[in-house]
Formats: sequence, structure tokens, C-alpha cells
Amino acid sequence: MSRLLKYVFYDLLRDRFILAYTLFLWVLTSVLFQFDADAGKVILSLMNVVLLVVPLVSIVFSTIHYFNSYEFMELMLVQPIPRKVVFLSQYVGVASSLATAFGVGVGLPVMLFGGGAAGVALLLSGLLLTLVFVSLAFLAAVLTPDKARAIGLALLFWIYFALIYDGLLLWVVYTFSDYPLEKITLVLIAMNPVDLARIILLLQLDISALMGYTGAFYQQFFGSILGLVFSAGVLLIWIALPLFAAYRLFAVKDL
Amino acid sequence: MRLFFIWGYFALTVIAHAKTIVVGAGGTVTKIREGIALASAGDTVLIRAGLYREGNILIKKSIVIRGEGQAVIDGDHKYELFTVHAPGGSISGLTFQNTGIASIEDLAAIKVLESTNLHLYRNTFINCFFGIYLANSSHILIEENQLTSDAAAEHQIGNGIHLWKCHHATLRSNRVHGHRDGIYFEFVTQSLVTENHSEGNMRYGLHFMFSHDDTYHGNTFLNNGAGVAVMYTKGVTMTHNRFVHNWGSSAYGLLLKDIRDSDISHNEFIENSIGIFMEGSSRNQFYQNEFRANGYAIRLQASCDENRFRQNNFRQNTFDIITNGSLVLNSIESNYWDRYEGYDLTRDGVGDIPYRPVSLYGTLIDRMPTAVLLWRSFLVLLLDKAERAAPAITPENLKDTTPAMKPYDLPPKHQ
Repeated sequence: MSRLLKYVFYDLLRDRFILAYTLFLWVLTSVLFQFDADAGKVILSLMNVVLLVVPLVSIVFSTIHYFNSYEFMELMLVQPIPRKVVFLSQYVGVASSLATAFGVGVGLPVMLFGGGAAGVALLLSGLLLTLVFVSLAFLAAVLTPDKARAIGLALLFWIYFALIYDGLLLWVVYTFSDYPLEKITLVLIAMNPVDLARIILLLQLDISALMGYTGAFYQQFFGSILGLVFSAGVLLIWIALPLFAAYRLFAVKDL
Repeated sequence: MRLFFIWGYFALTVIAHAKTIVVGAGGTVTKIREGIALASAGDTVLIRAGLYREGNILIKKSIVIRGEGQAVIDGDHKYELFTVHAPGGSISGLTFQNTGIASIEDLAAIKVLESTNLHLYRNTFINCFFGIYLANSSHILIEENQLTSDAAAEHQIGNGIHLWKCHHATLRSNRVHGHRDGIYFEFVTQSLVTENHSEGNMRYGLHFMFSHDDTYHGNTFLNNGAGVAVMYTKGVTMTHNRFVHNWGSSAYGLLLKDIRDSDISHNEFIENSIGIFMEGSSRNQFYQNEFRANGYAIRLQASCDENRFRQNNFRQNTFDIITNGSLVLNSIESNYWDRYEGYDLTRDGVGDIPYRPVSLYGTLIDRMPTAVLLWRSFLVLLLDKAERAAPAITPENLKDTTPAMKPYDLPPKHQ
């Protein structure tokens, strides 16, 4: 597996798109830091990148990559290599190259210019979101027979988590605004990795927005060890669950 | 005013041919009570270092009471300490501690009743129920006192400096910490509160009602339970004060309720849940204040009218202004808003398109607090942009038609 993984990883590191992605993140982060001396404000701007651009790039790139290396996978599967190894090496290769791109592009400048605790939170949530959306991309890829439809499904996933889900959440909050919703919304937030990452970042950055009872409740919950374990655990489930489903489908799929 | 006091003491001392009575180690008497009994108007009672536990002491003469070294007066958690009823005199350099706590009587370390021309300065108050309590008095100067308390709950503690029905009082450079209200005024007129520091009080840093024509200058109100609340008053001048870090779901930098014809200028409102909350207030001027990093900079209820907000800086606030109706009877002009996205083609430093300080999402969160969860999400960004382009829910007329392109250079305040 490690050999196969090495091929996938090295191949991807030389990929022009990954290089461009790294460069884009690097330039954006550095420019933002040079424009504004206030690290908190920069991280706030970068938050939008992490919540929108990173998932979009991760999911679309992974889906395309899956179909581009379809023949390579077929070739490998002709050899006495189990499907699990081929599948996982693809996943780990794509995920680690995108994570490296993010780590270098955003992580290095943030560390260089001093992002503090908020910077660390930004990096961690960016990395976890990358992994989550690569998982979702593999699920989209194995669910569909061709590349075009897979990209469509991947984009649907992205729009759903970035926009539609929040609309539904707002509708729920509006409809049931007479009831205490704190605990229920906690569960609802956990159903969307993007929202979860956003709340974690907000607690680091924009405390003034989180006044009132709801804010205090969230601050208390996510500030505790339990909250930390909860949010990390939920994001890991968001990585593992789609990946597992995708693997189960891939294992029995007629390639 | 200070001259007036100095002249008063001078006159008193000259006329009365004053003598000094020393209390404590090496003095004529050992008890403060005895020293005061011996003194006549204009005399000085000098209290040497030591611990005095004499219960309540009544002072009905115009005398100078001065502490030397660590002169500590202790109330054994039972008594009120000094009760003053005199037409003049001073109390200084003493430490008062452990007064009684009562729910019917307002036990104080120094209670002043129906007196004039008193000077209370450089005293220390530790764990007193009420620190300095003035009723029905005038021309009182309260300077450089330190009041601290470590009470755990609001009902176990009184106000630091409490004035009821007074006029011409001056509070200068006092520090109050851990009381219920730091400074409390009720029916106090024509008074000056300046350079005081009110921090970490249970309820309000400053609280006044029916206190007309008072001036508050250069004070700091920091980290109080519910900030500062002032009510039912006209003719207030508040300048160069700092309202900092009053944090919590019902904490306000400055709460104005039924305040009229007042001037609130050159103040700083930093890191408060709500910078200024105002309702039922009319004809006030808000000029060159700095609003920074507040949850809501201003909550302007629709019951306010004819207030003017000019040349203030609004920076890094989560929401700039929030209101509860569509009627706008106040004028907001020439302020600097860091969120302003307009342009200045005429190059006169004034933005060419109006700024709408009320955001849709701020209004939404106000109506349903749980909606704060979606703050800074993509959806909210889109909603806010759409609303600013064509206001449907937020009041159409609440806008700054002449927003400044650059922040005003407001001089830094003394601490």
C-alpha cells in the first residue's frame, strides 16, 4: 500500500492544479496579512476561504482526479492487489496532497505572521474540512457512472453544505423561535461540517457576535473539553462515514 | 468650588483658634469618641495608627478628623461607623472596614446627613456595606477615596458612593470596586463627577435618576455587571468618559432611559455587549464618540426622537445600529463607519452614497437570538447584501447620507 500511495502522492504533488492551488492560498494569505496588521481580522477574512473555497476545491478536484485515475486503478486491480488498498491509497494520496497544499499555502504564512490560537483553529478546521470533502467527493464518484454526473453531484454536495443547509436551519430557527432551541441546534449544527467549523472559528474570533443566551451556551459548550472532543469527533465521523460508504460501494462495484 | 472649601476651612480655623486633639498612642485620649467629645468647632482630631472598634460615632461639630499612618476603624460587621451631621469639616486619611450589613437600614462607613461644606478625602473603605452615603447635603467634596469590597452577591452589598437629594457635590479621583453600584445618584443636581474609576461592581458602575444638570468628565467605567445606567434626567453632560468591557446579555456600556437635552461627546465605548442602549430619550447630542468592538454599537429604540449623532467613529462592531421600529426621528450624519463600501468621486472626504447602519441579520438576531448560529455564513452574507441594496425589513430612512471616508482623529483619553 505504501508504494502505491507514494506513486499517487508524488504524482499529485507534481500536478499543476495542486501547485496553483498552493500558490493561490499562499499569495492570498500573505497579501491579507500585509494589508492588515490586525491578525484577528485577517483570520476572519481567511475564514470565508476556509469555509467556501477549500471545500469547493477539495470536492471538485478529488472527483475529477478519481475519474482521471480510473484507468490506473483498473490497471492496479488487475494485479493481485486488494480493492481496499487501491481505494485507500487513492483517498490518502488525494487527501494528503490537498492537505499539504492547504498547510503550505495557508499554514506557513499564518505561522510566519503570527495567527495565535485563532490561527491554529483556522488551520485545524481547514485541514479537517479538506478531508471531509475529499471523502464526500469519493462518495459522489462511486455513486455515479460518469465524470460529468459525479462533478454535478459533488457540486450539489458543496452547495447543500455551504448554502442550502443554512437556509433550512434558518427556517427551523425561525419557525420554532418560541422554543428553547440551544440543544437541538447543537445537533443540527453537527449535521453540517461547514457550520461546525464556522462555529468553532467564531468562538475563537468574533466573541462579540455571540452575546445573549445562545452565544453563552455555545461558548460554554465548545469551550469545554467535552465540546472539543465533540467537535473533533463529529468532524472525524464526517470524514469516516462517507469514506466508509464509498469504500463499501467501491468494493462491490463492477468497474 | 475647591477655593470655596479652602476659604471655608481657613475662616473656621482662624476664628476658632483651633487646637489639635491627638487620639491613640501617645495622645491625650485613647478613643475617637472621647477625642470628638473634647473638640469644639474648628479643632483637629488627629487619629494615630491603630485599630479602633467603637461602634457608631456621631459627629455633630465642624471639625477636622485626620488619620495618621494605619488608623483603622472597624465596625465588627455590626455598626455604621461615622454619622456626620455638621455644617463643615473634613475626614481624611482613615481606613474604614467591616460595617454591618442590613436590609432595612443603609449602614455606611461615612453617612452624611443634612450637612454642608464637607471634605472627605484619601480614605480607604474595605468591605463596607455602603461606603460614603450622603443625604440631603450640599457642597460636599469627595476626593481620592478607595472603596473595595469582595461581596459575593448583589443583595449583600450597598453602593460605593451613594448620594440622595444633594446638590453641588464633587466626586474626584475616587476608585470603587466590588460594590453594588459604584456611584449612585438620586435627586442630585449641579454636581461634578470627574476622573473616577468604577470597576467590577455587581450592578452598575454609575447609576443615576432624577439628577439634573450634572457633569461627568474623564471617568472610567470598566467591567461592571450591567455597565452604566442613567434614567429620568435632563441636562447631563458626559464627556471624555470610557465605558469599557461591560459584557453580558443585559450589560450596556451606557443605558439611557428618558434622558433629555444632554450632551454625550468624546467618550469611548469599547467591547461592550451594547455600547449605548437608549429608549424614550430626546434631544441629546452624540458628538465625536468612539465605538469600538461592541456587539451592538447603539441600540436606538423607536421611542427616541431628535437625537443627533455626528462625527462618531464606528469600528469593528459586530452590528452598528439596531432599532425596533421603522419610524426614525433621529438624525445620523457625518459619522465614520468601517463597514461603509461607498465611494467618494467628488473627493471631499464625504461618501457619495448613503450608509445604512442597520443590518438585516442584526435585526433577525435581535428577534430570534438563536439565529446567531448562522452569523458569518455565506447565506447571511447574501441576505445582508440584498437587504442593503433594497431595504425591506430594516427602516429605509435610518441612514447616514454624509458618511465620512476616513475615521476622525479623536485624541486619546487619559486613563
